[in-house]
Amino acid sequence: MSIDNMILIAFNAFLIQNIILTKFLGICSFLGVSKNKSSALGMGLAVTFVITVSAVVSYFIYEFILIPYNIEYMRTIIFILVIACLVQLVEMVVKKYFKSLYSLLGIYLPLVTTNCAVLGVAILVTGKSYTFTQTLLISFFTALGYLASIFVFSSIRVKLEDSPIPEFLKGIPVGLFTAAIMSMIVLGLKTSLMVPI
Amino acid sequence: MSRTKQSKKSILKKGIIDNNPTFVMLLGMCPTLATTNTFAGALAMGISVVIVLVLTNAVISLFRKIVPAQIRIPMYITLIATVVTIIEYFLQIYFIELYDSIGIYIALIAVNCIILGRAEAFAAKNNVGDSIVDGLGTGLGFLFGLSILAFFRELIGTGGIDLLKINIMSSENAISIFAQNPGAFLTLGIIVAIRQYQVIKKKKTKELQGDYENVNR
Repeated sequence: MSIDNMILIAFNAFLIQNIILTKFLGICSFLGVSKNKSSALGMGLAVTFVITVSAVVSYFIYEFILIPYNIEYMRTIIFILVIACLVQLVEMVVKKYFKSLYSLLGIYLPLVTTNCAVLGVAILVTGKSYTFTQTLLISFFTALGYLASIFVFSSIRVKLEDSPIPEFLKGIPVGLFTAAIMSMIVLGLKTSLMVPI
Repeated sequence: MSRTKQSKKSILKKGIIDNNPTFVMLLGMCPTLATTNTFAGALAMGISVVIVLVLTNAVISLFRKIVPAQIRIPMYITLIATVVTIIEYFLQIYFIELYDSIGIYIALIAVNCIILGRAEAFAAKNNVGDSIVDGLGTGLGFLFGLSILAFFRELIGTGGIDLLKINIMSSENAISIFAQNPGAFLTLGIIVAIRQYQVIKKKKTKELQGDYENVNR
C-alpha cells in the first residue's frame, strides 16, 4: 500500500466518513456525555482505545475463526460477547498497570460496552477483504474522528450553556442544531476524495 | 404486596405516547437518525425493532424464573443478537436493496438500549402477556417516531415519498439537505424543540392557573 493511499484512507475515515456526523454511530454518548469538556475527552479517549483494539481483535476472529469454519452468521453474537469481555479485560489491565490512565478513563470504560460505535466499526471493517494494515488504519482514524467530533461538540455546548437562547431550544434541540451544522461542514468536504470505507 | 395491576391498554398507551422512545426518552438515536432518510428504510427499521422487542420480551418473560440473576444480562444479549441475526438474514434474502442501505443498523439493534432496557425494566418482572403488549407498545412508539421523522425528511428533501406514491414538487426544487445527513439532526431538533415548547407552555399555564386560584381564595 502506497503512502498516498494510506493518507487517503486515514483522512476519509477521520473526516469525510466521520462516524458520528455521517454514520450516526455512537449518538447516545455524543449527546449524553458532552456536557463538559473533560468528560467528553475521557469518553472520547476510552472509545478510541476500545474501538481500535476491538476492531483488530474482531478482524482476527473473523478471518481466522469465522471464515475457516463457515460460521459468518455468528458474527453479531460473537462480536458482542468478545467486545464485552474485551472491555472488562482492558479495564482490569488498565487498573493494574496504568493507574493514571485509569483515573482518567475509569468510569467511562464500562459505558463503552453498550456504545454502538464499537460494534459498528467491528462490523464495518470485517467482511470487506481489507488487509490488516488497512483495518488498523481505518479503525484507528475512525475512532479519532469520534474523539474529535465529541470534543469539538462539547466545547461548543459549554459556550451555548451561557448564551441567551429561548428556553424551549435549550439542551437537546440546540445541541442537535449544532450537530447539524457540524454535519454540513463534513458534507461540504465530500469531494472527489471519496473512497468507500 | 399491593402493586396495582396495569391494564393491557394502559401499557400499550404508555409505550406509544407517554414514554415514546424517540421523542420523549431519546433512546436508540443511531437508527433514528441514520435510517430516516427514506420512508421505506424507516418502516423496515421500525418493523424490525417491533419484531425483536416482542420476541425477546416474550422469551425473557417466559424464562424469568429460571434464569439466574447474575448472568441474566449476557443471556439477554445473546438472545437479542440471535433474533437480530435472523431478521438480518431474512432482509438479506427478501429485501436486498433495503438491506444494502440500512443493513449495518439492523445488526446494531443488538446493542440498542431500547431492547435491553425493556427486557430489564419490564419483561424480567412481568408475565408473558403483559410483556408482549409492552414490547408491542414500545416498538410501535419507535416505529411511529421513525415514520414521522422519515415522512418529513423524504417529503421536504426529495419532494415526494416513493413508497406512498406522493409527489408534491419536483426533486430539483426540493431542499435536499433534509434527506442528507445534516437533515437528520435538523428535523429531530425541530421536533424535540416543538415538544419542549409545549411542555414549557403547559407548565406556565398551570402556574398561572395556580396564581389565579390563589388570588381568588
